[in-house]
Amino acid sequence: MAVSGIILVLYLIAHMVGNLKLFAGAETFNGYSEWIRRIGEPAVPGQTVLWIIRVVLLVAVVAHIWAAISLWRQAKRARPTQYVARKAVAQSYASRTMRWGGVILGLFIVYHILDLTLGVANPEGPGSTPYDRAIAGFSNPLVTLVYVVALLALGFHLRHGIWSATQTLGQSNRTRERTVNAFATVFAVVLTAGFLIPPLSVLVGIIE
Amino acid sequence: MNLKLRVWRQRSAAEKGKMVTYEVTDVSPDMSFLEMLDVLNEQLILNGEDPVSFDHDCREGICGSCGVMINGRAHGNGLFDNHPQTTTCQLHMRSFKDGDTIDIEPWRATAFPVIKDLAVDRSALDRIIQSGGYISAPTGTAPEAHSILVAKKDSDAAFDAATCIGCGACVAACPNASSMLFTASKVTHLGLMPQGQPERNDRVVNMVHQQDLEGFGGCTNIGECSASCPKGISMENISRLNHDLLGALRAGARPKS
Repeated sequence: MAVSGIILVLYLIAHMVGNLKLFAGAETFNGYSEWIRRIGEPAVPGQTVLWIIRVVLLVAVVAHIWAAISLWRQAKRARPTQYVARKAVAQSYASRTMRWGGVILGLFIVYHILDLTLGVANPEGPGSTPYDRAIAGFSNPLVTLVYVVALLALGFHLRHGIWSATQTLGQSNRTRERTVNAFATVFAVVLTAGFLIPPLSVLVGIIE
Repeated sequence: MNLKLRVWRQRSAAEKGKMVTYEVTDVSPDMSFLEMLDVLNEQLILNGEDPVSFDHDCREGICGSCGVMINGRAHGNGLFDNHPQTTTCQLHMRSFKDGDTIDIEPWRATAFPVIKDLAVDRSALDRIIQSGGYISAPTGTAPEAHSILVAKKDSDAAFDAATCIGCGACVAACPNASSMLFTASKVTHLGLMPQGQPERNDRVVNMVHQQDLEGFGGCTNIGECSASCPKGISMENISRLNHDLLGALRAGARPKS
């Protein structure tokens, strides 16, 4: 859970920074997208690095989901009879929504790839440039709403995930606990904001 | 004060249980929660009914025998802002108001089967201890106390972890019914002391393996355990367990099967 999560978080940082290139205009953004496909050329054939990244991400996502389902099933087996009255004392909104938030994120990622990577769920269609797809998609308030909801879910997922991963890897202690939690909150907010800015800018017309 | 209690009644592990409502009158605010249950049981016995079974022993908050869910919280911890985290026997009726309705349920976990009413079988925790919660020490006269030095920081942390009384509130409060905080407190308590070093790697691997065998859930670091613990055992112990576990697995320690 922790290791696969860290791989995905590292990718998210790069993804978020890349998205901000939407502000630099169509040429730069499309050029960036082209560059990702050419990394390592001519030492390796085109798209080699891209496919390595995709395979690593796929393995991480599958491992993450597998670990989550095992924990979920183990928890269900560990308490088949629920309490008649149960009130939480310490759990946060973020920790309570890890599982269903994860399901939302999983479904979102499928839609997101169909929309902006493959283009089949995008008004511009598969043959268009990445920039055109982003503009066309986010000009629709409904599409942007889906992204906003998913990104907020991502923010909460990261808030608890970063703290939990630190615990799972045995890197937390009483003095570090506050720092880890503060970092998790700040990181989740910054990353979510970074992801939210481009779609919302397209929606309100800052990027055209 | 007069109270309405909704108590889980279950005649045996094999039978189905249900919440049953009782009225208790003339409860003194100075009574402990268990004394209030004693009053209820006296009423039930006088009426020719079966008294409510619940575990208890020292009634001083140190044995770990008592423990029920009170209004959905383990030992009632977290119910009252100005009440320290404690055991059910040290919760006093002055924390409640006249006319309150109180829900009382047993710990619920596959690893803690209900014996009767509010009493559950917590021997799963004993088996976790048997799998590694010990040190091997030569017998004979006690060694000179200064012959093995322990850093103050380590002895303090070990002592904090050693305050665990094994009541099972962590399991009861955990949304995953995980026993991680219990096991972590034992691993920390022994693993920080020089006397605990020879078995350190085997201990953590075997104890974690045993808690899985007992049917406890996995830890997702939610923190309900620590907030419900009568001794306030901290989440850092779980991190330390994981640290020890990763180190032990790297060093080649594997659970005894």
